[in-house]
Amino acid sequence: MSSPDAGIVLGHGDIAAALVSAVELITGRGDRLIALTNAGLDNDQIDDLLRRTIESSGARVIFTDLAAGSCNMAACRLVRWRPDLIVVTGVNLPTLLQYVMHDGGGTDQAVSDAVQRGSGSLRVLQGRSRAG
Amino acid sequence: MPVELYRIDDRLIHGQVVVGWGQPMNAGFIALVDDLVASSDWERELYRMGVPPQMDLFFASVDDAPGQLGAWRADQRAGILLTGDIETMARLVSSADGITAVNLGGVHHRAGRIERLRYIYLSPAEAQVLRDLEAHGVAVTARDVPSARPVPLRELLDAGAKA
Repeated sequence: MSSPDAGIVLGHGDIAAALVSAVELITGRGDRLIALTNAGLDNDQIDDLLRRTIESSGARVIFTDLAAGSCNMAACRLVRWRPDLIVVTGVNLPTLLQYVMHDGGGTDQAVSDAVQRGSGSLRVLQGRSRAG
Repeated sequence: MPVELYRIDDRLIHGQVVVGWGQPMNAGFIALVDDLVASSDWERELYRMGVPPQMDLFFASVDDAPGQLGAWRADQRAGILLTGDIETMARLVSSADGITAVNLGGVHHRAGRIERLRYIYLSPAEAQVLRDLEAHGVAVTARDVPSARPVPLRELLDAGAKA
């Protein structure tokens, strides 16, 4: 894969692989995303993994799971050298579904729409009492 | 309230520190002792982004840290002191009184290091530095998150030690 529309999902443990697996299951477009984990890596190694993946994939968008996490730190550190990259943190499944379903309109618009979808997807669904 | 946790973690500010330890401790600040970060405006700003707004983040070089330790210890809030490697913590212990316990939170794989736990890899030289710390009265335990069992140094250095 070498495309600026490709997205990298970088997170703790198996979360990235699980999210990409779910995207593939739901949309068949899991190949638009690359899953990476920080497991077992120090900061320099995470930086290196991310840099190599960006170079080999041509991806411009990095989704990370936690603002305070080492994955997000690595992505932000890389943006210092590659200001054309876009980092989205706090990723969830609706964000990625929207991103991969975006056809046309450019990467910036795809990211904007994905963030809007993802951030609006958290809701409290309370059951109603049958009584009364 | 004293600095409650002296932690060695090569990821520095990250989820385990901010969320895993910081939240249950109700930590009010993190003191990051690292020469590279202390000397870089950009790195300092990067790490500030990673902590919640109610948590202060202090930076110091290894040489400056002993002079600031008194102020950190006098802070009314619980605090975490972080170094990115064993050598830095050992230098700090040797130049500042009152550090009686050190937490090994994350030392990842590098050439020449041997796996001790899935999150702790040590070179022979690093293992010796830790032994020296204990010989000088510092309790060294490995523990990535508060819910994990603290692994004493003696057990950690046994060949088959696993979390």
